[in-house]
Amino acid sequence: MSGSSTGHSVLDPRFAPPFPAAALPMLRNAQLRKNVAHATDVIQAKRARLVAEKSDWQELRSAAAAIRSHVLENLGSYLEEFEAHCTAAGGTVHWASDAAESRAIIIDLLRREQAGEVIKIKTMTSAEIQLNPALEAAGIHAYETDLAEIILQLGEGEPSHIVVPALHLNRSQVREIFARRMGLKDLPDDPQALTAAARTYLRQKFLTIPTAISGANFLIAETGSVAVVESEGNGRMCLTLPRALITLAGIEKVLPRFADLEVMLQLLARSATGERMNPYTSLWTGVTPGDGPQRFHVVLLDNGRSSILARTTERQTLRCIRCAACLNTCPVYRQTGGHAYGSVYPGPIGAILTPQLMGMQYAQSLPFASSLCGACYEVCPVKINIPEVLLELRSQVVNQERGQAARFGDLMFIAMKAANAIFAGARRFRAAQWLGRIALRPFTRKDGWIHSLPSLGAKWTQTRDLRGLPSQSFRQWWAARGLTSSLSSSKEGR
Amino acid sequence: MHRISYAPCASYAMKTEREKTDSIMRASLFITCYNDTLFPETGRAVVRLLERLGVELEFHPQQTCCGQMHANTGFRAEAFSQAKRFVGIYRKAETVVIPSSSCVAMIRDQYPRLFKELGNEALCREFAALLPRVYELSEFLIDRLGVEDVGAYFPHRVTYHASCHGLRGIHVGDRPLRLLSKVRGLELVPLENMDRCCGFGGTFSIKNAEVSSAMLAAKLQDVLATRAEYCTALDNSCLMHLGGAMHRQYAAMRTIHLAQILAATEGAPAEEAA
Repeated sequence: MSGSSTGHSVLDPRFAPPFPAAALPMLRNAQLRKNVAHATDVIQAKRARLVAEKSDWQELRSAAAAIRSHVLENLGSYLEEFEAHCTAAGGTVHWASDAAESRAIIIDLLRREQAGEVIKIKTMTSAEIQLNPALEAAGIHAYETDLAEIILQLGEGEPSHIVVPALHLNRSQVREIFARRMGLKDLPDDPQALTAAARTYLRQKFLTIPTAISGANFLIAETGSVAVVESEGNGRMCLTLPRALITLAGIEKVLPRFADLEVMLQLLARSATGERMNPYTSLWTGVTPGDGPQRFHVVLLDNGRSSILARTTERQTLRCIRCAACLNTCPVYRQTGGHAYGSVYPGPIGAILTPQLMGMQYAQSLPFASSLCGACYEVCPVKINIPEVLLELRSQVVNQERGQAARFGDLMFIAMKAANAIFAGARRFRAAQWLGRIALRPFTRKDGWIHSLPSLGAKWTQTRDLRGLPSQSFRQWWAARGLTSSLSSSKEGR
Repeated sequence: MHRISYAPCASYAMKTEREKTDSIMRASLFITCYNDTLFPETGRAVVRLLERLGVELEFHPQQTCCGQMHANTGFRAEAFSQAKRFVGIYRKAETVVIPSSSCVAMIRDQYPRLFKELGNEALCREFAALLPRVYELSEFLIDRLGVEDVGAYFPHRVTYHASCHGLRGIHVGDRPLRLLSKVRGLELVPLENMDRCCGFGGTFSIKNAEVSSAMLAAKLQDVLATRAEYCTALDNSCLMHLGGAMHRQYAAMRTIHLAQILAATEGAPAEEAA
C-alpha cells in the first residue's frame, strides 16, 4: 500500500474510499489476512496469559479509567501545569490548534536548527498530521528509526496497526524490502539477520543526525516530564544522542502525577505487546546541561481533540492510551487489516476516533464498520465503551442523512423508515408478515430455502442462504392454540 | 468482566428481585419480531418448556419489536418510539421472558439512555420498575425458576456458540452450558474461539456484507470442526447467519435454538424447521 494515484496518502480520511469498498482488496489478499490473523493471535495469546496473572486487572482498569477521565475533565489546568514545569526545566512548549499549525511549528524549529535531515521515533501523531511529506516538501528528509517504520518507509508502505505498524507484512516480505533498498542481495530472512541489517543502517543515522522528532506516550503535569515507551531501544537513541529534540503530543496525553505511571505502564505493556514491562521506558524532564538534547521543544496538538472533549458520550474516546488491544481482538480488523480504515488510526478505536478528529463529513462509513460484538470494550485498559460511542456516531450520521435529498435513493434508509412504520402497530406488523410471505414465495425453492434475492437482499444471499418464511407466524399459532384450548378447556403440556 | 452500564436513570436491583416464590409463576412472553416471523418453532418450544415447568404464560398480541435494529443502525428516534411501546405493553407484567439475548441487551443497555435523552422522568421511572423483571430465557430458568435440569432429552452431539450479546452484553456466563449439561443424551462438544463474533451484526451483514461474510467463514470453520450434529445459541440471529452458510455449503450440521433442545423430551422430540 503506497500513496494512491491521486497523490494522497491512502490513510488520509478526506480521500479514502468508504470502508466496505476499501475492505474488498484486503479481503481478496489471502497473504495479508494470514499475516494479520497470525500476528494478532500471537499478541492476544501473550496478552491473555499476562492479564490472567494479575488478580487486580479489573481494579487496574477502573483506576486507569478514573485517572484518564479526571484528566479530561480538568485538561486545561493540567496542560498549563505541564507547560509551567516543562518550561521551568528548560523546555519550550508550543500550542498547535490543527495539523497545519503543528507542521509549520515543527518545520520552523527544524529550520532554526538548520536541519536538512531528522531522525524520528515511531509516532502515530506525526502520521496523523502527515508530517513526513510536509518535511520532504520543506527540503528536510525524515529517517524513521522504529524497525516497523523503517520497513514501511523503505517499502513505501503505510502503517496498518497502532503498535505494530508493519503487522500486515511477514518476514520474507520484510527481507525483500531490505534486500532491495539496502542493496543486500543475499540477506537471509531470519529475524537476527534482518535486525542486524536495520541496526547497521540505523547506527550511521544516529551518529550523524543531530536533530530528532518524537511522540509521547504520557506527559506528566506534576513534573513537566515526558514518557516514551518502546521495545527496541532505537527510541532511546533518538532521545539521548541528538542536540535538539522536538516532541509532538496530542493534548490528551497528560497525566496528573508521576505516580499515575504505575497504573498506566502496567496496563499499557500487557495490553499492547503482552509483556509485563516494555523493554525501554524513557522519561525526561526539560533539558539537563551536558546530558542529552540541549534544546527541547514540546508541540501540543489539538487538531479536533477539544471538540471531542465537549461531548459527554464521545469524550471517553480521548482516554485512549494507544495500546491497540482493541485492534488485536476485533473480528473485523482481523479480516481486513488496518488499511481498510483509511486512517492512521485503524480498528475499533480508529472507527470512533477518525470521524471525530476529522469532523463527521469524513469517514462516515467507519462507525458502521463493526458488528458491535463488544470484544473491544472488554479488553480496553481504560474502559472506553467503544460500542456506545459507535452507536452515538451512527446516530449522528443518520441525523445528517435525514436532512439530505439523497436519502430518497438510499434503500437502507427507506427500509429502516418502512420497518419503523410496520413496528408501530401489531395490525401493520401482521400485514407485513403476510405480505413478506407472498413476496418471498417466488424466491423460495422446494426445500423451503431462498438462494438468491434481488436488491439489498442480494447482499445476504451472495454468501448465505435464507430460510423461507414459515407458513404460520408464532402469533398465528398462539391465537389458534388459544382457540383450541378454550374450546376443549384443557391446556397442552399441563 | 464488569457489567456494561450506561444507565443513568435505571436502578439495577435485578438480582434482589429474583427470588423464588411458591405461588404460580406468571410470565409474559416477548417472542421478538424475527422469532415471531422466521422462527415460530422457537416460540412454540419456549411455550412447551415453560408450561412443562409450571409457568403460566401470556402473549401480548400488541407486541412487535424492541427497537434493536433501529438503535444499532443509528435510527435513535425510531428506536425510542419502539422502546416506549415495549414499556407501555409490559409495564404491568409480572415477568417478561425473552428468548433472545441481543434483544435483552438492547433493553438493558440502550433503553436507559434512549429514555433519558428522548423521554421524560415518568417514562424513566416506569422503565426502572420494569427492568428487573425482564429476563433472557436461560436467566429466567436459572435465576427465576431455580432449575438447571429441565427434564430434557436430546440424544445428539451439540456445540454451543456464545453469542456476543449474551456473553458481553448481558453476561449470561455459563448458564446456557449448565442447562445443556443437564440434558439427557446430549454430548456437548467444545467450540474453539467460542466467544468470537459470527459476523452477523444486524444491518452490518448488509452494509458490510463482504467483511461480514469473511467473519462468518472464519467462525464456520471453527463450528464445523467440532463435527457436532447441531450448533445451538441463545439467539436465532446468529444461528440464521451460521445456518444460512451451512445450508449454502451443504454442511451436515444444523442450527437449533437452545429453547428447542430444552423443550425436547423422550416422548416429544425437538421440533425443527421444515
